[in-house]
Amino acid sequence: MTITLKETDAVVVGMGWTGSILARELTKAGLNVVGLERGAMRTPRDNFTIPAVRDDLKYAVRQELFQDAQLETVTMRHSPGETALPIRRLGSFLPGTDVGGAGSHWNGMTWRWLPSDHKLRSHVTERYGKDVIPPEMTIEDFPVSYDELEPFYDKFEKLCGVSGKAGNLRGTKIDGGNVFEGPRQNEYPNPPLTRSMAGEIMDTAARSLGYHPFPCPSSNASEPYTNPEGMTLGACEYCGHCERFGCEANAKASPNVCILPALLADQKFELRTYAQVKELVYDKAARKVRAVRYVDTRTGEEYEQPAGLVILGAYVFNNVLLMLTAGIGEPYDYKTGKGAVGKNYCYQVSGNSVTVFFADKEINPFMAAGAHGVLIDDFNGDNFDHGGLGFFGGAWIQGGTTNGRPIFTRPVPPGTPRWGREWKKATAQWYNHAFNIGASGCNYAHRENFLDLDPTYRDALGRPLIRMSYNFRDNDYKLAEYLGGVLGSIARAMNPTVMSNPAIKRGDYNVVPYQSTHNTGGTMSGADPKTSAVNRYLQAWDADNLFVMGASVFPQNASYNPTGVVGALAYWSAHAITTQYLKSPGPLVHA
Amino acid sequence: MTEETIPRRRFLLGAGIAGTAVASGLGQTEPAAAQAQGPAAAAPAAPQPEPLLALNETEHAFVVAAVDTLIPADELSPSGSDCGIATYIDRQLASAWGGGAKMYRAGPFHKGKPEQGYQLPLTPAEFMKAGIAAANEWSRKAYGRDFDRLVADKRVEALKAMEAGKAEFGSVSARAFFGRLHAMTMEGFFSDPIYGGNRNKVSWKMLGFPGLPATYAHLIDEYRDKRYVAEPRSIEDFS
Repeated sequence: MTITLKETDAVVVGMGWTGSILARELTKAGLNVVGLERGAMRTPRDNFTIPAVRDDLKYAVRQELFQDAQLETVTMRHSPGETALPIRRLGSFLPGTDVGGAGSHWNGMTWRWLPSDHKLRSHVTERYGKDVIPPEMTIEDFPVSYDELEPFYDKFEKLCGVSGKAGNLRGTKIDGGNVFEGPRQNEYPNPPLTRSMAGEIMDTAARSLGYHPFPCPSSNASEPYTNPEGMTLGACEYCGHCERFGCEANAKASPNVCILPALLADQKFELRTYAQVKELVYDKAARKVRAVRYVDTRTGEEYEQPAGLVILGAYVFNNVLLMLTAGIGEPYDYKTGKGAVGKNYCYQVSGNSVTVFFADKEINPFMAAGAHGVLIDDFNGDNFDHGGLGFFGGAWIQGGTTNGRPIFTRPVPPGTPRWGREWKKATAQWYNHAFNIGASGCNYAHRENFLDLDPTYRDALGRPLIRMSYNFRDNDYKLAEYLGGVLGSIARAMNPTVMSNPAIKRGDYNVVPYQSTHNTGGTMSGADPKTSAVNRYLQAWDADNLFVMGASVFPQNASYNPTGVVGALAYWSAHAITTQYLKSPGPLVHA
Repeated sequence: MTEETIPRRRFLLGAGIAGTAVASGLGQTEPAAAQAQGPAAAAPAAPQPEPLLALNETEHAFVVAAVDTLIPADELSPSGSDCGIATYIDRQLASAWGGGAKMYRAGPFHKGKPEQGYQLPLTPAEFMKAGIAAANEWSRKAYGRDFDRLVADKRVEALKAMEAGKAEFGSVSARAFFGRLHAMTMEGFFSDPIYGGNRNKVSWKMLGFPGLPATYAHLIDEYRDKRYVAEPRSIEDFS
């Protein structure tokens, strides 16, 4: 028996970054908002304090803060002809759960897309010719330009208190910042973090090669900071427990620190935890979502929550699942290229790195923050000439450490055995003398990389799992080989005692080793309802009261960690809802 | 083959279970000391055998022999089991994780490609137990006795054969089993001592990892390119 509840103005599915931002903006606009979170409450005071928060095994290895794969996971196959099998243990990517979502255990790298990333297809064809994009590479323009999104990038950076140095302030290029970035109206809210030894080495080497190093734009606050919501962040302690951990210092921006205390104090907002949204109740004729059905995971009881406005703020896979199971929009068919829901699933070409060892330098890798490296963008996006290279796109390249936690971080020179006396000797000898240079590559859409519903495997609520058909493609492999050469040259410029051979992404996509939790696409935004799932305001083409947040709206993935873009788009969409939609509910774009 | 008829038993703590206690090491073909070369560094107080939660005596003997081979005693650290790693593995296998928490366990089960990851119906505890049984079976075929009764250099050889996937296990994959054994050994060696391994923070001292509280904002400038030396502290030190 489903219990039907009293209608509310708006319901938000998932209380991570986007759900928290939308709930906050909608309550400010006067709406009564119900927030549904499948997981538990999580607060810095109760969950992120010393000494328990420094438990490497519990958080980094046993994945305390991540989605429970026993209840929900996805299946994976490399191509449509194969049988997909469930990812039984999370590995390659680690979606969050509980209040705050992945926003509480990210590293804090907070980027804007390059202006050219915003209009990828037209940029590439304008620069290299209209026939250069292979037909199977289904990249598109993002329907919001850099200039349109700039004020909202700015707003999200101020919410997070991002630390960094501008490289392009209203068109003026500034040495020491990222000179390739689009023009910023404002400097970062906080100065950059204190550079580490590894960062110094990276900076010197990059400059010696004529590149343009800059400090990582970081949501690890370099100084105490009060954001426009009146929430105070502490200063980063460089504790080396960012990724996979909550922040003990309240210095890492998270929904839990930056926005939820204000939201939870607002009478117009009601948070329901252990409320897992099972399905959307879709009225196809009226092109509206009437309600969401959710299960109280403590009791199994099912509820229907009617709402005037529905915000999907779940992770990529659940956004797509809820659209597909409700029948909103046309499911993508890779054979015909028709339909949009599930289309253009993209990931990240990560795992390209080189390790450098210095007998005479002390790195102290444990004095680190999650977004603390020194980077170059000289090989990112279209910042370099791709003529004759055979691929498009690029990568940020970073030198530095994020931690010295020894279960995972204890580099040894190439050729060292994995165990025994020689391994131990090398481990002790090099622990404090090494770091990585890594590259995070973009991933451009491919016709046969997509999401749909698995015909066999089901989740704990009885719904089909999302089936991922995905592999790296020619563009990715060529990019990775190219990056391997660049990484090697940077490493050599550091004149290390020893260096590893650059690790280059080769072979098929593997769900086991961690790569990145930067899954994108599946509800892509676009200008045409035939080829996209949501319009430029993230409003579903086929349900005007449904707005879809997060990286599922990306048409393809840039090199950058997506949170900065995701946060900016949440504010952009909230602005459209509160200034346009609420005045005149209906489609905001007429196709 | 007389060794195999002698039961593996250990000193056990507490009067209630004292009935099973006989001399440890009985039945070893090689005294444990013969494996160590040179004095063990920072040797902790002689560890008392601890009650087992998940492993039986035969499985425990395998794990002790394996972790002592992966992490032999030398000037940098005591042996793996003296660092508590066998205790760590036993406790982890008895934990919610060992019982399959956070693992998708619905069928149907197919072998799949390696890139599709683990596809067996076994929990981590069941997988380790099946792997140990298979490893001992293979060891009996290859060497005429269980793994823990091999001399040190044969243990090294046997683990290398598993690591390379050259050991023919009938059921689970030798390479996958070795991978899990290796991963758990490293976890036990390097994790916080509250989990039973890394006794006396021995691995952290070996590396120079300072542990907790890890607040370096006031030190990062001062220690740029200077070694930061601190007595490591663990969760228990702050509790």
